[in-house]
Amino acid sequence: MRTLKFLLRKEFRQIFRDKSILAMIFIMPTVQLIIMPLAANYEVKNIQLAVVDRDHSSYSQQLIAKIGASGYFRIVADPRSFRDALRLVEGNRADLVMEIPAGFERNLVREGAQNLALSVDAINGTKAGLGAAYLTRIIGDFNTDVRLEWVEPGRFNPMATIEVTSLNWFNPRAEYRFFMVPAILVLLLTLVGGFLSALNIVREKEIGTIEQINVSPIRKWQFILGKMIPFWVLGLIVFTIGLTIARVVYGIIPAGSLLTLYVFAAVYLVALLGFGLLISTFSDTQIQAMFVAFFFIMIFILMSGLFTSIDSMPVWARTIAYLTPVTHFIEVMRMIVLKGSGLADVSRQLLYEGLFAVVLNGWAILNYRKTT
Amino acid sequence: MNTKEQKAIVCRDLTKRFGDFVAVDHISFEVERGEIFGFLGANGAGKTTAMRMLCGLSHPTSGQAAVAGFDVYRQQESIKRSIGYMSQKFSLYENLTVLENIEFFGGVYGLSDAKLNRRSERLITTLGLGQEARKMVGSLPLGWKQKLAFSVAVIHDPAIVFLDEPTGGVDPVTRRQFWDLIYEAAGRGITIFVTTHYMDEAEYCNRISIMVDGRVEALDTPGNLKHRFAADSMDEVFYQLARGAKRAAD
Repeated sequence: MRTLKFLLRKEFRQIFRDKSILAMIFIMPTVQLIIMPLAANYEVKNIQLAVVDRDHSSYSQQLIAKIGASGYFRIVADPRSFRDALRLVEGNRADLVMEIPAGFERNLVREGAQNLALSVDAINGTKAGLGAAYLTRIIGDFNTDVRLEWVEPGRFNPMATIEVTSLNWFNPRAEYRFFMVPAILVLLLTLVGGFLSALNIVREKEIGTIEQINVSPIRKWQFILGKMIPFWVLGLIVFTIGLTIARVVYGIIPAGSLLTLYVFAAVYLVALLGFGLLISTFSDTQIQAMFVAFFFIMIFILMSGLFTSIDSMPVWARTIAYLTPVTHFIEVMRMIVLKGSGLADVSRQLLYEGLFAVVLNGWAILNYRKTT
Repeated sequence: MNTKEQKAIVCRDLTKRFGDFVAVDHISFEVERGEIFGFLGANGAGKTTAMRMLCGLSHPTSGQAAVAGFDVYRQQESIKRSIGYMSQKFSLYENLTVLENIEFFGGVYGLSDAKLNRRSERLITTLGLGQEARKMVGSLPLGWKQKLAFSVAVIHDPAIVFLDEPTGGVDPVTRRQFWDLIYEAAGRGITIFVTTHYMDEAEYCNRISIMVDGRVEALDTPGNLKHRFAADSMDEVFYQLARGAKRAAD
């Protein structure tokens, strides 16, 4: 215990003397948490629409006005022909082309049916899909308006229709920041904790001070614990800063208990730091450690469900996703912050994190050798 | 086992291979308690590898050795409690102050607070570091760093201290002072095991061994060695032995 006290005192002194580490710990999360959620927005807006209007009727004008008023589209051009419109798409000046055929109004009124053509630039799948969906919806609405106008009120309703009304729970206005901020907080914690711990032991190897440790009676677990605890404390500080920013800047107040959040974060950090220290014990230089850590953290983050839904991944990818500690924490952060889930609801994930913590740290201790 | 307890170090056919390369080739020697033992050899002769095995930093490939009565295979942690070690590469923490380094290393060797205070005070006075006690170690000149590193290596009064080229790159005056420190430690009963390139320093040792290509080629007092090789100085003895070396210096 006494040995551990001296190890901790040394580590804390060294950390607080290193200005770049302090900046990494305190400034980086703050800046990123303020910038990233504003940019990481999945809402599709400003879709550039080119309309080829061959009808030039009042209905076609009404439809175009309705689309423009929706807020999702910017009508960028009014080309003469479909070929001109496609050129706009090729030049990246339009995402979507809508073609209104000649006789649109006449056919709609007389025959009660008309076709519209949509051509979509599908390079950005999300934008294309959502754009087409929005546009279809708007045209559908327009269609209903037209029918209401032309069909006698009493006789309207030739067929039964199902109206779907959905209610958003937990995030009523479906705002992305509520979804993203808790996850980005996890991301920051992962970056700071993962890299700091991965670079730490290997730094002592590079400088050569590890020799002096290895030749002393310090036990392996004492050494690893001495490295782990300072970063664990710093991680919880970063977490606290993040929660404060989420509250002050984004007005996100966790629906669940803070205690549950901190219990989970504490266990998560042990797992994450164990991972970093394990990399550190394998590497000989800081550059090696940096690359290996980067490789894994990149995979962790891309597969964590931060940006994409895990449920829509193929089975093998889902398996990998659940084999990383980050995935569970992001899931749980969203559960606790948005749904107000309690400790019992997240106990399965907590168990996983605990398992990660034991395995990764145990491995790090085993892999750290005082004698080579 | 009785003899092992008498001796500071007993070494029988100790060998270390890295693949095909035999870094240390069946070396055998004994070091008495309280002795200043010089461990000489050209660059790449295997001194550091041998020393690292004795310190429990490296697993021997074969052979036997006991340090302070503990086996180098099974009792490495006990060895580590009984020795001090100063590596070739300066390895105190440069971003800790003189006092903080003393406190850390004294602390992890289990010194009590009272002992720690007493010894760090004594150490600071002996080294004349009163002004620098609260300065970062990284800002000290090399000579002082080396003296500090030595003092820290013996702060817990180990049975044996291993010094790997402790005076490399240090000026002659500081080297002299460094040897004063070594004598002072030996006077307290600490066995000194030291490697060096400086043949004048070899003369300060009670006994020396000279390693060539992983083998101990000579082991005796400096006087006897000079007599045996009909040489005027240790330089000449060393030259006669080492010029036959096949290994390129690193």
